[in-house]
Amino acid sequence: MYFSYDEVPVLQDVNITIKERDFLAIIGPNGGGKTTILKLVLGLLEPDKGTIRVFGRTPRQARRLIGYLPQQFTFDFDFPISVMEVVLMGRLGKRGMGKRYTRADIDVCMRALQQVGMEDYRETEIGNLSGGQRQRVLIARALTSEPRLLLLDEPVSSVDTQWQQSFYELLHDLNKEIAVIIVTHDISVISAYVDKIACLNRKLYYHGSKKEGVHKISELYECPVQLLTHGSSHHSPEEHIDD
Amino acid sequence: MIEALQYEFMRNALVAAVLVSIACGIVGTFIVIKRIVFISGGISHAAFGGIGLGYLLGINPVLTAIPFSLMSALGIGVVSKKTRISEDAAIGILWTVGMALGILFIGLAPGYAPDLFSYLFGSILTVPFTDIIIMLILDLIIIATVMLLYKEFQALSFDEEFSEIAGVPTQTLYLILLCLVALSIIVLIRVVGIVLVIALLTIPTTIVQQFTHKLRNLIFYSAVCAVILTVAGLWFSYLFDLPSGATIVLLLASVFLISALIKRL
Repeated sequence: MYFSYDEVPVLQDVNITIKERDFLAIIGPNGGGKTTILKLVLGLLEPDKGTIRVFGRTPRQARRLIGYLPQQFTFDFDFPISVMEVVLMGRLGKRGMGKRYTRADIDVCMRALQQVGMEDYRETEIGNLSGGQRQRVLIARALTSEPRLLLLDEPVSSVDTQWQQSFYELLHDLNKEIAVIIVTHDISVISAYVDKIACLNRKLYYHGSKKEGVHKISELYECPVQLLTHGSSHHSPEEHIDD
Repeated sequence: MIEALQYEFMRNALVAAVLVSIACGIVGTFIVIKRIVFISGGISHAAFGGIGLGYLLGINPVLTAIPFSLMSALGIGVVSKKTRISEDAAIGILWTVGMALGILFIGLAPGYAPDLFSYLFGSILTVPFTDIIIMLILDLIIIATVMLLYKEFQALSFDEEFSEIAGVPTQTLYLILLCLVALSIIVLIRVVGIVLVIALLTIPTTIVQQFTHKLRNLIFYSAVCAVILTVAGLWFSYLFDLPSGATIVLLLASVFLISALIKRL
């Protein structure tokens, strides 16, 4: 599959298959096309060449099976919307235009808010939350569509380290039933939870289990090798793999 | 004020003030939170082409302005989303083309246009009963549409990309919102005129936004704020014999300034 923005190639010759119970981390340098690949899977962008199939359907048809957490969501802090109303957005497609949310929608959203530990804030306006709290609300929103595939674009960039741990546990639980694709710079998640990695820098440099991956990636100049070796002092990926 | 009410034009003016405020509260709120103030400015100026056409054809200019503003709303929406022309360039083009057409039509019309000024700058004291009926119908369409699509409009304004993924037809919804803007502009034309329309569609919501973060409250209190200030402006203009549209706009701006100062204290 190929993709370019205004003639500038962003993705070239990328061919990847994600299985139903995969927990895949996409790593790579900035501008390497990580966010672009998520947007292609969502059908927000169309590839120049090649095809994308999600659960055997086109990305647009499969959208409702996907939960999505965008990267660096910027919005107006004065925007009049409560936490519950934000999370309910994940249910928009289930209800259809012109229909009200049902009791069941609210229950699903309450459960999602509990999963991210934000249930006490459901009536709070989104502008009154901290950056990390907002991120957790947006993660809850990604879960409320009851997805079979979860796409998370740098999910832990603004949440505190303490909560990160419980968030990864949550993903681990969810992964028993659904596929999770995470774009991340966080080495600890790769070593402890992820079972496959994909290294993307315009081309797909590696895709497979992390065991072989770590060695292969170190050989590739274009990949952020330092990311993989950074954690070695306290949290070596290789140690974990050998366990 | 009470003795003024014995005049029919004064009673019409009060009813017009209420009808205008309903459009301001609902559509003005979405204009402010979706940040489409200048698109709305473009649509209102483009509506001038419709006013001119009304003069040329010898029919009520408010009626001919309806298709004109709807078409310019759809034009801006489609051009900016489907082509590579940027949205603000599309606004600039439609804004001026509409105005130019209006001037051309009026130039072609026989005789001269006696109350042209009132369409440009508003004249709440001369709103005829037929226009009140048109305003009422348009208000009802606005209320019904927003009640039906409330959650979609809120989601669209907050996060368009996610709404799209969640399965909302965001482009269609955005065009519907722009059409509501077009209709609310028609409601407002008689009262403040196309040049001053944007003041009533933005200032009440901007005042209220400082005090509430709930969308329902924002809509409701923007409408209340618009009623109070429009009627007060009408009263001032009656008392001191000032142009009503300009008086209302300046009163709105003064109250905004005072509320912003209060909020900062």
